[in-house]
Amino acid sequence: MKILVTAKRVEDPESKIKVKPDGSGIVQEGLKYKINPFDEIGVEEGLRLVAKHQGEVVVVSIGGKEVQEQLRHALAMGAHRAVWVNHTGPVDQLGIAGLLQKVVEKEQPDLVVLGKQSIDDDQNQVGQYLAEFLGWGQATFASKVESMESEQEKNKVPAIVVSADKKSVQVIREVDNGLATVECQLPAVVTTDLRLNQPRYASLPGIMKAKSKPIEELSPAKLGVDVTPAIQVLKMSSPPPRKAGIKVEDVPSLVAKLHNEAKVV
Amino acid sequence: MPIVLIVAEQQPDGNLRKATLNAISAGKQLAEKAGGELHIALVGKDPAKAGDELKGFGAKAVHVGAAPELEHYLAETYAPAIAALAQELKADYIGMASTAQGKDLLPRVAGRLRAAMATDVMAINGSGADITFTRPMWAGNVFADVKLTTPVKVLTLRATEFTAAAGGQGASEVKAFSPKVEASKTKFVDFKEVKSARPELTEARVVVSGGRGTKGDFKEIEGLADDLGAAVGASRAVCDAGWVPNDLQVGQTGKVVAPALYIAAGISGAIQHLAGMKSSKTIVAINKDPEAPIFQVADYGMVADLFKVLPELRAELAKLK
Repeated sequence: MKILVTAKRVEDPESKIKVKPDGSGIVQEGLKYKINPFDEIGVEEGLRLVAKHQGEVVVVSIGGKEVQEQLRHALAMGAHRAVWVNHTGPVDQLGIAGLLQKVVEKEQPDLVVLGKQSIDDDQNQVGQYLAEFLGWGQATFASKVESMESEQEKNKVPAIVVSADKKSVQVIREVDNGLATVECQLPAVVTTDLRLNQPRYASLPGIMKAKSKPIEELSPAKLGVDVTPAIQVLKMSSPPPRKAGIKVEDVPSLVAKLHNEAKVV
Repeated sequence: MPIVLIVAEQQPDGNLRKATLNAISAGKQLAEKAGGELHIALVGKDPAKAGDELKGFGAKAVHVGAAPELEHYLAETYAPAIAALAQELKADYIGMASTAQGKDLLPRVAGRLRAAMATDVMAINGSGADITFTRPMWAGNVFADVKLTTPVKVLTLRATEFTAAAGGQGASEVKAFSPKVEASKTKFVDFKEVKSARPELTEARVVVSGGRGTKGDFKEIEGLADDLGAAVGASRAVCDAGWVPNDLQVGQTGKVVAPALYIAAGISGAIQHLAGMKSSKTIVAINKDPEAPIFQVADYGMVADLFKVLPELRAELAKLK
């Protein structure tokens, strides 16, 4: 099986994000960058599927040369090779899906696995756009049912199961009020939710090996995609701060506040 | 005249999903600001009953499309049906509540129409052709005003930011249409509903949530929730540890809630969690660690052990009755 996974570069989810005073963007100084956590789960899932069914994991990222860091991270985890779409200007979800469509047409994977959303723009659109552009089936929010930390985890039914004839996948999806299972003919697009798996750490030998793995460079022009954004971010602002709260000493005073002041009980 | 098309959602039992009413209210606001009219769409195997319920919300028309192929929701079969209807109506805006289904379906509809899309819209600004949308980024740490420049614009609407539309506003015309049906490469296998006697998290007036501090013991959390007729929530850490089911998770990647009262017990307040509950009207935090970030958003904080406080709280609340 050939599995294409994405590795977007995003701010470390633990960073404190501050908006620039003029609202033109966020303050970049002092920020650390990582692979989008949902994409990292996608890389892990790709590696697990390939370990079971043979094949290769190809990782793709779109951005300036700094995104090679995220590609190398995925390669160090065990991905086999990487595709870097060199693009430094702004790009929106339509543009990203358009670029990925061309990469998919070039690579012809059996499965594309992407994070369900990236933790910077929180849009949750690219996988669905891509599936529609390709005319493929989609299974979003793939999630395992049970605990990630439990001992039994290894014995649990995985969320993405490839059929014996390798022509389809069954995917467990986490939706409101329950779990939906769908079966997609391959090739298909799957987007990952948080509990799908626990990504592995890149080992030292993995990191060493990643240095010699190939990264192919492409560009929107080479792929023939116009990436002029149709989603324009006009202004960013900080959410209105909540008014300073108070500490209460004991339960009776808490209940009194809730009853008389907030009037919620 | 700009056309705003709101897509309604049915629950597996055929009833209307409540968040649809919030989306209708957002749609109405958008139609007013754009100087246009509101339409509602509903598709499924047997949507007549839910379609009928949608009559009283002041839409120009309710479009109900029935087809046996649409028995189980799938983005692949619903998207062509909705996109074709939107094209026929010449819809300028297509919106739906930011539910799991809305987030799965609308980007596929947008892809079909090569339309730009905004997810989790919290506010609609401007008027006429100059409409912009406010939506959260970076787990709600940034609010962004975005403009969509494609002819058709697609939105999912965050239910907690718009009041639920009230019925009884005249009778909209209910128009039956034949939804476009396409062969699908995906098929429905099954749906396992997580049933609970408690109110649904996103719709509850009061939410009692537990975090790592519970060490997995939710008895007091559940007891307090039941005393208050509240929903039970949890932080991601607790769900990841397998202590409670995943669908209780409140946060950026879980559910976004905005109840009148949110009680966070043993929750430290990671960015992830705050993103899901910061809009609650009144927030109470109970945590042993005085430095826990949850106290920065709490209206009332108590530095204490939840196992000591919650029973006391239940006893004290009982006195009010």
